[in-house]
Amino acid sequence: MSRNLAKLPSNDEVSVTVLVSVGQHPVTGRLRRADQDARALEMAMGLSDAEPRVIYAGPLNDSIEPALRGYLGMGVSELKVLRQSEQNDIVPALSAFLNATPSSVILCGSRAELGESSGLVPYQLADALGYTLVANVAVIEKVAASQAVVLQALPRGQRRRIEVALPAILAVDSASPVARQSAYAKATRGFINCVVSDTEEKDATNEWHYAPARKRPKRLKIIKATSARDRFKAAAAKAEGAGGQVLTSVTAEEGAAAILKVLKEEGVLKT
Amino acid sequence: MNDIKRRDPRAEWILRNRLHPEHSTYALTQATGRLSEWIGPTGVKRKNPHLVGFIGPAGVRRIDRSGAQSNQQNTVKAKVDIDARRLIQIDGPSAYIVVVPELPGGRFSAQDKDLFGLAQQLAAKQSEATAVLGVILSPLKDTELGDVGMDRVYFADESQCSEYDPETHLQQLTAIEREFNPLYWLFPEHTSMSADLGRRLSVKLKVRATSHLWQLDLDTLMATCRASGGASDLYRPVSRVIMALAECAEPVSDTRHEARVIDSSINAADVIKRIRNLGAVSVDPAKVALSEAEFILSGGKGITNWDAFHQLARSLGATEGASRVAVDDGHMPRDRQVGATGTWVTARVYLAIGISGAIQHLQGIQACDKVIAINTDPGCDMIKRADLAVILDSSELIQSMLDQLQQSQVEVQHVA
Ligand SMILES: Cc1cc2nc3c(=O)[nH]c(=O)nc-3n(C[C@H](O)[C@H](O)[C@H](O)COP(=O)(O)OP(=O)(O)OC[C@H]3O[C@@H](n4cnc5c(N)ncnc54)[C@H](O)[C@@H]3O)c2cc1C
Repeated sequence: MSRNLAKLPSNDEVSVTVLVSVGQHPVTGRLRRADQDARALEMAMGLSDAEPRVIYAGPLNDSIEPALRGYLGMGVSELKVLRQSEQNDIVPALSAFLNATPSSVILCGSRAELGESSGLVPYQLADALGYTLVANVAVIEKVAASQAVVLQALPRGQRRRIEVALPAILAVDSASPVARQSAYAKATRGFINCVVSDTEEKDATNEWHYAPARKRPKRLKIIKATSARDRFKAAAAKAEGAGGQVLTSVTAEEGAAAILKVLKEEGVLKT
Repeated sequence: MNDIKRRDPRAEWILRNRLHPEHSTYALTQATGRLSEWIGPTGVKRKNPHLVGFIGPAGVRRIDRSGAQSNQQNTVKAKVDIDARRLIQIDGPSAYIVVVPELPGGRFSAQDKDLFGLAQQLAAKQSEATAVLGVILSPLKDTELGDVGMDRVYFADESQCSEYDPETHLQQLTAIEREFNPLYWLFPEHTSMSADLGRRLSVKLKVRATSHLWQLDLDTLMATCRASGGASDLYRPVSRVIMALAECAEPVSDTRHEARVIDSSINAADVIKRIRNLGAVSVDPAKVALSEAEFILSGGKGITNWDAFHQLARSLGATEGASRVAVDDGHMPRDRQVGATGTWVTARVYLAIGISGAIQHLQGIQACDKVIAINTDPGCDMIKRADLAVILDSSELIQSMLDQLQQSQVEVQHVA
């Protein structure tokens, strides 16, 4: 739906780059294409008929390659790899590469599924390249030569329209349309090309260590009571509210009016 | 009347002294309900339980020790509501910790309050006097600034105060950085404005931000952060810029703070804007994911007229939900089912029509603030959960709600 809206005028030379990473299945832990990155690629493929450039920076080995092929299976023929060793910061490599071969729209996911996943990479890249950055993009409505109009995802399913000057980095939110499935034949047919390898930028993260996520403790209800009676009452209180107002033997008009009044007080009914 | 209880030492002395000629008369005045407590001959407090309390509904004398219901004659208590919380004032702080709250809808969210709690805990650990500075960048409706834990507060100029304007806001934050050089910057994570700003600031300050923090050891300053998209925990030394999740610390509850406004002599340079906010987009409530929706109209087996139900959802601007029975009967699609095996909703207002409130359904609406129920059965569990319940037939009530909505719309059109 949004895909057709955002079709580029054919004479415009807006080049689109998608940055992808390796994801992880939340339950099985199997490596796969990252969900948000796949959505970003989906968005890019809807932007123009020309194939977007897809770049991955990071380590490459036998377990990572099948995951990356998940993106090729979506219908792109080539994936460029800036090969880095495990401990390296990927931002310098990416910014050097993108500086040399710029692109007016760069799409990526908002948060990685492996490693620190702080969501800082788009910000660091935007800073290094001097690009504008918009986070949590749900839909790209329009792309022209010098600016784009996007919808940003807000909590509670709300959206905000933003006009952004190009060149820009757009970090895609999980609220954007789902990515198409990856086709196995296309995935095996596509090319994975190493364009550069290792820049010597080590991360200063040796003091860090990872562990499987601990369950967060449930917050205790703290009772501030001055007398024993208050403490007893608070401890004995049932969790299920104190029971509200019950309107029996009212006419339908009165009942409807009472409900509409509460809805207005709560601010959910605008009229 | 005079509220102050006056002692009569002579009367007390006579009451203590059983050999006093006037003892019996004084004891009598006591028995008529004047004194139920007195100091006995050995200096021990004595009580006459027959004089306190009240007669309960079963005709038995009850004594309420909380003092809430005891008889007025003898508890003459000057009752003044004193705020028991300590007021904390910091004059001339030597360091600052800054919190940039998210303020959804112009109010402090629970997460904002948790962050102020964390900031106060961090401030208490510092050796010098440290003030918590709240930076208000978007319009604010709440007024109790001191209660959430702000020692100082900075309000952005009206011209620069808006819901989303990252470039201007970043300028203001860097100006604050220059002026106050805060020890820590705290931003709520997972939200639409401040988490974004925090990341922009950390990049600008060249600080590797601590993101998705959910626990902070105040002694070792080691942070526990959710990493790998939530699958693992990262333990790392905390950095100056912190983005923290909800419930990262207890909110401030037993102190008050002065929330002194710092004069905005802070000059933020103008920026060339490359991001323009074109405003909120009206979204179709029917397309909002059930788990995200703010206002849900939910129907169960008690709905007889589904067309009217859908029409009501449209005119209320509510997202539709359903009980499992309604889904199984084919009236609603599966993705609209609320409950244990459906969606756990977070709506602020949940309007349930013809739903009995089975435990599997009630589980799904635990997080809802206000529940309104319409049902013919006054004894069902949904009524017990509801803040407002109407005992009526669903189709009649839906019809009259539709009529009233239409009428108010007509009135609006007439006025316009
Ligand atoms: C393993 C398991 C998982 C389940 N998970 C879920 C779940 O996720 N979500 C869920 O909803 N259910 C779930 N259920 C089903 C659940 O137990 C209940 O059966 C179901 O919620 C009942 O739906 P209801 O309230 O619409 O229907 P009923 O229980 O039949 O209630 C209908 C209500 O409508 C009222 N009524 C009837 N006529 C009218 C009228 N004309 N006007 C007004 N009111 C009227 C009745 O008084 C009654 O209270 C689950 C059950 C199991 C066993």
